[in-house]
Amino acid sequence: MNIPMIKYSLIRIVVIVCALTSVGPVSYGQDKPIKKDLKFTAIPKNVNNPYMVIQSGGAVDACKELGIECKVVGPSETGASAQVPYINTAITQHQNAILIAANDPNALVPYLKKAMSQKITVVTLDSDTAPEGRTVFINQASAEGIGQSLVQTLAKEIGNSGDFAILSATPNATNQNTWIKYMQEELKKPDYKDMKLVKIAYGNDEDQKSFTETQGLLQAYPNLKGIISPTSVGIAAAARYISTSPYKGKVALTGLGTPNQLREFVKDGTIKEFELWNPADVGYLAAYAAAQIASGNMQGKEGETFAAGKLGNRTVGKDGVVLLGPPTVFNADNIDKFNF
Amino acid sequence: MLLNKDFLTVENWSNLLANFVEIALMALPLSLIVITSEIDLSVASMLGLSSSLLGLLWEYKLAMPLGILICLVVGALCGALNGFLIVRFRLPSLAVTIGTLALFRGFAYIVLGDKAVADFPTEYTDFGIGTVPYTFIPSPFVLFIVLAAIFWVLLHHTTIGRSIYATGGNQTAARFSGVNISRLKMLLFIASGVISALAGIVFTFRFSSSRADNGTGFELSAIAAVFLGGVTVQGGKGTVTGVVLSLLLIGIINNVLTLADVASEILRIVTGTLLIISILLPNLIASAQERLRLIQRQRELAKLGSLSATK
Repeated sequence: MNIPMIKYSLIRIVVIVCALTSVGPVSYGQDKPIKKDLKFTAIPKNVNNPYMVIQSGGAVDACKELGIECKVVGPSETGASAQVPYINTAITQHQNAILIAANDPNALVPYLKKAMSQKITVVTLDSDTAPEGRTVFINQASAEGIGQSLVQTLAKEIGNSGDFAILSATPNATNQNTWIKYMQEELKKPDYKDMKLVKIAYGNDEDQKSFTETQGLLQAYPNLKGIISPTSVGIAAAARYISTSPYKGKVALTGLGTPNQLREFVKDGTIKEFELWNPADVGYLAAYAAAQIASGNMQGKEGETFAAGKLGNRTVGKDGVVLLGPPTVFNADNIDKFNF
Repeated sequence: MLLNKDFLTVENWSNLLANFVEIALMALPLSLIVITSEIDLSVASMLGLSSSLLGLLWEYKLAMPLGILICLVVGALCGALNGFLIVRFRLPSLAVTIGTLALFRGFAYIVLGDKAVADFPTEYTDFGIGTVPYTFIPSPFVLFIVLAAIFWVLLHHTTIGRSIYATGGNQTAARFSGVNISRLKMLLFIASGVISALAGIVFTFRFSSSRADNGTGFELSAIAAVFLGGVTVQGGKGTVTGVVLSLLLIGIINNVLTLADVASEILRIVTGTLLIISILLPNLIASAQERLRLIQRQRELAKLGSLSATK
């Protein structure tokens, strides 16, 4: 065979392979095998934080499905440096991947870089580091998505019209301010022309202050139809106030909170729906992403798609960010399925 | 567990030593302070203040050596404040330094707020993360080796060292034998401030991160190391070697248990128990000795009594 011939047959093989793979069910990454005998270390922000326990539990579940040995270790306090010994230990133990919810965006980077230089896959979840410290970051929810869906939820409950207020954390809380910005963006849409944001109150993420701020809002704005509280402290305090006041059932309340905190208020009708991402899914997705990378099935580049078990497929976005998806909406029908 | 194959790797020892370098630095002047039967609880807050100050100065584009110098000077001033309150007003150091523990941490938050500064120049962060060429010894650890040697000489081979023991043993006796106790304590608290500030600088470069909450809670680890090292709470007793060995012991225990994936709560229980035993054991031995001496004396007295009775 001369060289053009080889070229020709190569092209033919490629074409045939392509044709074959495009037949049948659309397969992204599912068929690519996960390596055997992988060992992962999951490092939560701190070990006895209930939220983190659920998140790590999700990662452990995913590892079980994939036949990966996964251990959860971490500090009991959340200082910037507290996770470093655990990263170093994972390096010393030659783990294949580190799944970490970073306590500090910068302090861990040199140590995570060292891990990556020794072929350890680093996936951040919940809280990111600077992009050079990891391959991909599992983002629980986009700020835009949260802002939009909170407005949509409230609009549904108050029939797209009336005054409403926001009960936030502190005036300079980064997360809350970003979400509020996106809520205001969403409100510009014509659907919400009859809805008016009358006040943003700040409960400083303190239970007592959030409680009195709620009281103040309801007294100052007698026509108030609803409150959005994008913080778990705020929504719980507001729910407590409303549930024992004459406003119960008249003022809609929604926001971000955990099912265990708000279960009684959903059951007594103070809250119809609230939202939060499922922390277990964050851990689950992180473990799948790490498994795919550690098995050489993907590199974590923008646009790559991978299979994530029960969650279906996910695509790596800009800067290696993988989005979990829209937050979970909790209501009377499903709240008992969640325990966190 | 010591036979864990990963334990004896060079890399692991490098991590092991690097892990406690800040606490080790702060424990040195602290041992001397405890020997004079005082205490400094503000060391970790001083670390935080120095770290955030360094970050702020760097953000304001101040040359790094100058920034480091300013941090050390601020450390000296803060130490002098502790010393002044304790010496001049004869206040108990426990109360004063609980106050400055809160005060210095508060300053740290004023300096940097809830921000973090991270873009430190690589030649400095390389120092923080790197090792001494051709060895596994982390570069910042060299500072500790040098300072430990200085403190060893100071405590065991100079008049200052003898004054420290004398002050801790019996303050009145020390004063009458010509020890300037006020000046001595002042110097020790200033040294503690400067070295805690140095620990803050090391911390900043080791993690390339300047934050107001850096090193929160480290004072307890440093104090634990001092007590475990055989420095007595009542003062007057203790050696630099003891403290260095206890630092190593705590470092090794933490490292081995972490390598064996022991949960961090258990780790705390182990260090806590160790500390209690280290304080309890010498006390038990001392009281047993005392009782033995008493019994012996009674026997002798009884013997004497029976002798005189027969006469």
